[in-house]
Amino acid sequence: MEKLRRFKSPNLRLEHDFSKNAENARVTAVCPACKREMTDSLLEQEHYQCARCGHLFKMSARQRIRFVLDEGSFFELDSLLASTDPLEFPGYKEKLNQARISSSEKEAVITGTGSINGQACAFFASEPGFMMGSMGAAVGEKLSRLFEYAEEKRLSVIGYTVSGGARVQEGILSLMQMAKVSGAVRKHSDAGLLYIAVLCDATTGGVAASFAMQADIILAEPNALIGFAGPRVIEQTTRQKLPEGFQKAEFQMEKGFVNKLCKRQEQKEILSRLLKLHEGDQGERV
Amino acid sequence: MNAYKKVQAARSNQRPDAKKYIEQMIDGFIELHGDRRFGDDPAVMTGLGFFESRPVTVLALEKGDSNEERLRRNFGSANPEGYRKSLWQMRQAEKFNRPILCLVDTAGAACGIGAEERGQGQAIAENLWEMMGLTVPVFSVIIGEGGSGGALALACANEVYMLEGAIYSVLSPEGAASIIYKDAAKVEEASEALKLSAQDMLRFQVIEKILPEGADYELAAPSIKAAFSDALKRFDDLSPGEIRDQRYKRFRRLGGEKE
Ligand SMILES: [Zn+2]
Repeated sequence: MEKLRRFKSPNLRLEHDFSKNAENARVTAVCPACKREMTDSLLEQEHYQCARCGHLFKMSARQRIRFVLDEGSFFELDSLLASTDPLEFPGYKEKLNQARISSSEKEAVITGTGSINGQACAFFASEPGFMMGSMGAAVGEKLSRLFEYAEEKRLSVIGYTVSGGARVQEGILSLMQMAKVSGAVRKHSDAGLLYIAVLCDATTGGVAASFAMQADIILAEPNALIGFAGPRVIEQTTRQKLPEGFQKAEFQMEKGFVNKLCKRQEQKEILSRLLKLHEGDQGERV
Repeated sequence: MNAYKKVQAARSNQRPDAKKYIEQMIDGFIELHGDRRFGDDPAVMTGLGFFESRPVTVLALEKGDSNEERLRRNFGSANPEGYRKSLWQMRQAEKFNRPILCLVDTAGAACGIGAEERGQGQAIAENLWEMMGLTVPVFSVIIGEGGSGGALALACANEVYMLEGAIYSVLSPEGAASIIYKDAAKVEEASEALKLSAQDMLRFQVIEKILPEGADYELAAPSIKAAFSDALKRFDDLSPGEIRDQRYKRFRRLGGEKE
């Protein structure tokens, strides 16, 4: 059941004040760090990073798609897949509805195909505005289908991760998604195909302990928080104060878990070059 | 029994630890230490032995059976080097075509500065990745607590069983209480909501079988042994590729989403 859908106009709700100009539907963004006011086109020009203070704006999945993929190249897959409430977890249905309204998305990941400087790839981006990008059954299913589809079509996968981890309200079934997606990533890899992950702020829990850390090449946005246990939990458990920069992307590179830090303005170029470097040599290994 | 009572029972110090089952089930067990990268994590026990005369690899999360041992083994909460120790043994099992038997008993992976510095997420991720590609059969039993990714790292198996008094959960009820209810005291509500009993797992098809344990756990070892024995026989006729595909399909169908 593949639904093709072009991306919507950029969804800037995450950190921005809305003040719609009826004529060109412009959104005014205010930098949460230095309070500078910007239009959405300026924000896009500045690669979603405040030119005055360097603050990295949270980006929605649609903004990532628009930012990285060639214009008009994105075709969405499985756009109708959505989580149900298998545990009948108190309050979850309401929470899902709220997330759908506030993010304008059906689930916490968007998957599809597109191209980067003309090179085709399969693509996914977590939606931080949807329950912090957490992984329930629908997220696991969409990602598994994407990797299976990419395997069948012999496409590289490029994925932007932002996630609080497994979605608690789906209980054990969300834990099982870690194994399920890992299986699909493994199969794609065994077919000799490339997977690049770009870890964004924040990538934690069950996602950091599965597909975020299973890529052939792991890139990370500067200053992104990346880790299994969250800093608050570690502080509570160990009663220790965490050192400056703990679990940040820079720290993860120093410890050997991230291959390269990648600023927003260079991401498309780096991804494009990595795709080129893997062109032609993707052979089946059995 | 309400859900929180079940949680407490699953954590009880009275429950036999993994080591006891290994002693009762495996002949000539030789424990093999170390991950060849960093160190030896006492929370994970790995080794070789004979199960009904056939060589097997045994991987276990071991909580310890005395206060001293529990401290030494970090209550079965493994660090990255523990998962990497099991990873090394999985690769050995694959090389020498040995079935893998796993005993799972942990509240979750170790949480701390060292664990993060050494890549707890990466260590678990690599285990999941490795297990999903193994062509030898893997069977896991949750013998007490099956907590979060730290348990799943030894449970990406062809079949998973639970002792009737065990629990399996995406995270601890305490963690769920503080995340969902923003109140660590609401642990009873969280236990209920998480649906973590063996019966729940069977209903969600997350496990194949509930194993009887008896009032004093006297049935536990024999029923684990019987389950492994039966499973090994059933998987004997499958080819390496079929074994891997069966495992993939087993997890592939688990969900609860709709279009
Ligand atoms: Zn600013």
